[in-house]
Amino acid sequence: MANPGHWDKERTAEIIAAHRDEPGALLPILHDIQAAFRHIPREAMVMIAEALNLSRAEIHGVVSFYHDFREQPAGRHVLKLCQAEACQSMGGERLAADLLKKLGLDWGGTTKEGALTVEPVYCLGLCATAPSAILDDDRVVGRLDGTKLAALAEEARQA
Amino acid sequence: MSGAIEVFVPRDAAALAVGAEEVARAIAAEAARRNLPVKLVRTGSRGLFWLEPLVEVATARGRVGYGPASAADVPGLFDAGFLDGKAHALHLGPVEKIPYLARQTRLTFARCGIVDPLSLDAYRAQGGLKGLERALKLGPAETVEEVIRSGLRGRGGAGFPTGIKWKTVREAAGAPKYVVCNADEGDSGTFADRMIMEGDPFCLIEGMAIAAIATGANQGFVYIRSEYPHAIRTMTEALRLARAAGILGRNIAGSGHDFDIEVRSGAGAYVCGEETSMLDSIEGKRGLVRAKPPLPAHHGLFGKPTVINNLISLASVPVILAEGAKAYADFGMGRSRGTMPIQLAGNVKFGGVFEAAFGLTLGEIVDDIGGGTASGRPVRAVQAGGPLGAYFPRALFDTPYDYEAFAQRDGLIGHGGLVVFDDTVDMAHQARFAMKFCAFESCGKCTPCRVGSTRGMEVIDRIVKGERREENMTLLKDLCQTLKFGSLCALGGFTPYPVMSALNHFPEDFRRAPSGLAAE
Repeated sequence: MANPGHWDKERTAEIIAAHRDEPGALLPILHDIQAAFRHIPREAMVMIAEALNLSRAEIHGVVSFYHDFREQPAGRHVLKLCQAEACQSMGGERLAADLLKKLGLDWGGTTKEGALTVEPVYCLGLCATAPSAILDDDRVVGRLDGTKLAALAEEARQA
Repeated sequence: MSGAIEVFVPRDAAALAVGAEEVARAIAAEAARRNLPVKLVRTGSRGLFWLEPLVEVATARGRVGYGPASAADVPGLFDAGFLDGKAHALHLGPVEKIPYLARQTRLTFARCGIVDPLSLDAYRAQGGLKGLERALKLGPAETVEEVIRSGLRGRGGAGFPTGIKWKTVREAAGAPKYVVCNADEGDSGTFADRMIMEGDPFCLIEGMAIAAIATGANQGFVYIRSEYPHAIRTMTEALRLARAAGILGRNIAGSGHDFDIEVRSGAGAYVCGEETSMLDSIEGKRGLVRAKPPLPAHHGLFGKPTVINNLISLASVPVILAEGAKAYADFGMGRSRGTMPIQLAGNVKFGGVFEAAFGLTLGEIVDDIGGGTASGRPVRAVQAGGPLGAYFPRALFDTPYDYEAFAQRDGLIGHGGLVVFDDTVDMAHQARFAMKFCAFESCGKCTPCRVGSTRGMEVIDRIVKGERREENMTLLKDLCQTLKFGSLCALGGFTPYPVMSALNHFPEDFRRAPSGLAAE
């Protein structure tokens, strides 16, 4: 795959072809598109609409409904901090506020060099090892404190 | 590898979140360095999360545990002779005798944390597939009756009898029929579905296969939230293995019935845990809630008859069939039969999954089993049943864990989560969060939920600021009534539970001097 985040028409066509005959193909297609390009490019929505015989408005409606789908690429890494009740009970809100302040970001913001986007997430199912976070939708971390979280954010910014 | 000593390290996401992968790698490296024959087995978690990463060693006395272990502890464990189950600072003795585990009744979680989740041989060796075999002997109609007799009720929170749902789909006209597993476990404080998918996925597959045969369905879907990447991977691999072994596909387990299952990933929408919203999501649409009737049992996925059950309901079916409905129904109290995997979470000393018959009191669960808070401060509130569940004060700790008893106290057991808060919690803040969460996650179809949640947040802000408090309290109560009775689904309909319970049980938090005027 070429430069992630950069749209590729052929790759989009391959993804659509892989799913278009499945019942309810739209979400699997959108997941794969986002995995390939780190967002759902407008050009891809046009191709999906044609392939599935849906209007562009319908595709856009689905993309905008689900919190996971982005219309603009995030930073190179995405750190999601759990802000749900179990993590709240262990100081998750304060922890997040401190990190955002330190990075000079609001929720959803990306650090200046484009390395790290910080977002809230509502539950990772790691509620007995709270507070928890997930990096790049894959690496889970629990029992966070300010030091561990700052180290994780710094590691992601350097990577 | 005969003669190799088996060492078990979990691959459950919560164990990984606290370093299980590093521990496993350190054990493999240290064994290689010392030239010791160690067979590393990756399992799910036992659900004793304060002990994770929990390392177990197979010894002549059974499995001996060490935890919570870090990679740095590993050379010391080898030095102490942990491969022979010898003493060490982290030594816990035989795992089955740890009181937290010994006191449980593990039916649904019988294998979780014990077996390699992707070994069908291990699954069979621990009693797996016996339920399916018995269901095939009984035949579809009698299988449905058996599930009805067990008293199993929906473990997602609604508590509707599972067998009745199956009977409705079985008798519904139309083809094809579908089985949908709701694994969109979005409630904070819950992780039982995740643990089964990561620790005993074949149990869910077996439960779904039984449901399919009983109702005449040929296609299944497991809708897993995207926040669970490890569960998605393990489940997908387990489905591949089950297909290869003939448990899924054509003529499953020699039944003459065709059935296959597909994983569908959610996309970060809490409301898709609501069953009709989930069906729209699987169909590739916005996850909008559908008005009922028609029921999904008659007009469900793609307009066809559909069984939609919570993951824990489906994962409880194999043991019900294997052991018989009566054995299951003998546990529990009143109309709450069998066991519930209670999940102790948040600010709790002994957090984890505690599967037990219904009927323990909330106080026994939180104080006695959970050991109070992790912070060591007094327990002030417990939110039962996720973000739409009520906050219980200590005064209600005598409430028995039972669907009806919780409902009588204006609460719900939901999916079995309990989130413990210590005395630093600000209950007005928690009430505001409930409204904020509803606003964030509302599907937007009905007005009380879409608009009422944002207005609710604003009203709570005014109360906290001290603006015309009495009037705004009345307004908030009125708004909660509108949400409760005017919303299309449980998201708007149940948001009043956390809000009103905070207001009723902790009114002092809403009547503090406005911040900035008084010290904390």
